[in-house]
Amino acid sequence: MTISLALEQLLNGIQLGVMLFLMSAGLTLIFGVMGLINLAHGSLYMVGAFACAAVAALTGSFWLGLVASLACAAAAGAIVELLVIRRLYDRDHLDQVLATFALILIFSEGTRWLFGSFPLYLDIPPLLQGAVALPGDATYPVYRLAIIAVGALVALGLYLLIGKTRLGMRIRAGESDREMIGALGVDIRTLYTLVFALGSALAGLAGAIVGPLQSVQVGMGEPVLILAFVVIVIGGIGSIKGALIGALLVGITDTLGRLLLPQLLTLFMDPSQAGMIGGAAASMLIYVVMAVILSVKPRGLFPPAHA
Amino acid sequence: MVLTRENAVNLTLAVLLLAVPLAASALGQPFYITLATRIAILALAALGLNLALGLGGMVSFGHAAFFGIGGYAAGILASHALSGEPLLFDLSGTAQMPIIWLVAVIAAGLVALAIGALSLRTSGVYFIMITLAFAQMVYYFAISWPAYGGEDGLSIAVRNQFPGTNTMRPLNFFFVAYAVLLAGIGLFALIRASRFGAALVATRQNEIRVAALGIDPYRIRLAGFVISAMITALAGALYADLNRFVSPSMLAWHMSGELIVLIILGGTGRLFGPLAGAALYVAFEFALGGLTERWQFFLGLILLGVVLFARGGLLGLLAGKTKHG
Repeated sequence: MTISLALEQLLNGIQLGVMLFLMSAGLTLIFGVMGLINLAHGSLYMVGAFACAAVAALTGSFWLGLVASLACAAAAGAIVELLVIRRLYDRDHLDQVLATFALILIFSEGTRWLFGSFPLYLDIPPLLQGAVALPGDATYPVYRLAIIAVGALVALGLYLLIGKTRLGMRIRAGESDREMIGALGVDIRTLYTLVFALGSALAGLAGAIVGPLQSVQVGMGEPVLILAFVVIVIGGIGSIKGALIGALLVGITDTLGRLLLPQLLTLFMDPSQAGMIGGAAASMLIYVVMAVILSVKPRGLFPPAHA
Repeated sequence: MVLTRENAVNLTLAVLLLAVPLAASALGQPFYITLATRIAILALAALGLNLALGLGGMVSFGHAAFFGIGGYAAGILASHALSGEPLLFDLSGTAQMPIIWLVAVIAAGLVALAIGALSLRTSGVYFIMITLAFAQMVYYFAISWPAYGGEDGLSIAVRNQFPGTNTMRPLNFFFVAYAVLLAGIGLFALIRASRFGAALVATRQNEIRVAALGIDPYRIRLAGFVISAMITALAGALYADLNRFVSPSMLAWHMSGELIVLIILGGTGRLFGPLAGAALYVAFEFALGGLTERWQFFLGLILLGVVLFARGGLLGLLAGKTKHG
């Protein structure tokens, strides 16, 4: 194995991590502020991807598609919040799980109804085509680097939004004491809808930017949703910092594990067996990491102070 | 047993489930026998989960793992019995259901012990997400392990045997599944009435009081979780035999979601809730599936309606509210 291959896989891991961060930031924010577990977050990711692919196919512009994905996911999130989610805030987690599971069924079949069962494809926008050189004769696609940049920008934006603005102050206040900020005259229902729409928009963005790397199809949100769960469990539910660190940890562990474990095992056994066992073990690696972290810190790396 | 309204509803359900396949057999409609068998097996799987979820308040979103482990136990043992290759060292496979069930239950129990020991250190949302994640781990393992079919799954050429009956006949296999379901319901009732069951229910209601009484809530929960997984695994072994096929889809998280749905449709924590839920679910699937291939869309709407507006499920509707719990 060469240095350039390792570097390339490391970048892939960071890119996966960044995408997971966009998903888990919304998920953890919604849980932190409203105490709601939202299984349908993966559906909003799918909505973003489909909106981007459909608008890009219609107008020929990826950038318009990107705008559409943000708008559609945020709108879908707001509608779902107004119709269903707001009835669930004072229910127990079991009801929340079931109702959002029902939403997944509705979203998935609804999308299949609208777009059919065949996957859609998105092209990488011309501006971001091509590759940059890495040390050691390797190249790396510009588009994947752009995803990493988007993730870094979103992380910075969220940090500023939550740490420095009035809205962010209210979100933080909502995390520490819901009833009190309602009593202080903040319109808590609108705040909840806003937070939910923001989280949905982030999920939609994640779906849209991943669209060109894989096919856009029904059910694409579910594997990502489960990885995002692993991320926020590792990071501590409710913590955006935890989501960022957890996402990068999961992204890099998963990508490098798939590369390194089979190679490591060839030291002990013949290559075909090492490939088989290494592949199976690598697919379980992030869950093992999660188990180890939980056995040391059952509430994740950065548990919210008040919970 | 006092003939309360709930007991009357329960008895009706049990008799109906027996009557449908008998009538179907007499009328030469074997399809309905398979449908009833499916109901009995899914009810058994949900019954297992109901022990953890309904009695112990542990919302496990990972019971598909145990269902699938049961299924793979049946598939793997049967494939070794057919090929004659030893499974491990000198142990050979088997096509005998009782042995398969034993292996399925023990295997799932061991996995549940490991998963539960870790997951039960947490509670609430963490528990939901962690059980989901561990089940997903088992799922990805099944997909990437090529020896037993990987993503394609594993067929069971001939349905496994039960001593004294020809299980290839649909009605006979239904009787086996029905008997196991009744035994499962009996076990659930025994557990619920026992000291252990009382402690399990108490851990859901007030953990601190349980601890103050000198009972360790963690150990009670873990025991409940393991027993729950074992019952679900037994259902998994039967399910594999029903379809004569086992694939990673039995381990998929949709399955875990469906098992919870069955319990909620029927009524959480109720003795016959899983059976009522499974019957309702299979009936939905059959009736809606006949009308539109988009039946899951409508299932979603119905489920949403039940969660938002009809908390007690079918049994809550038919037999009234539970007195406590």
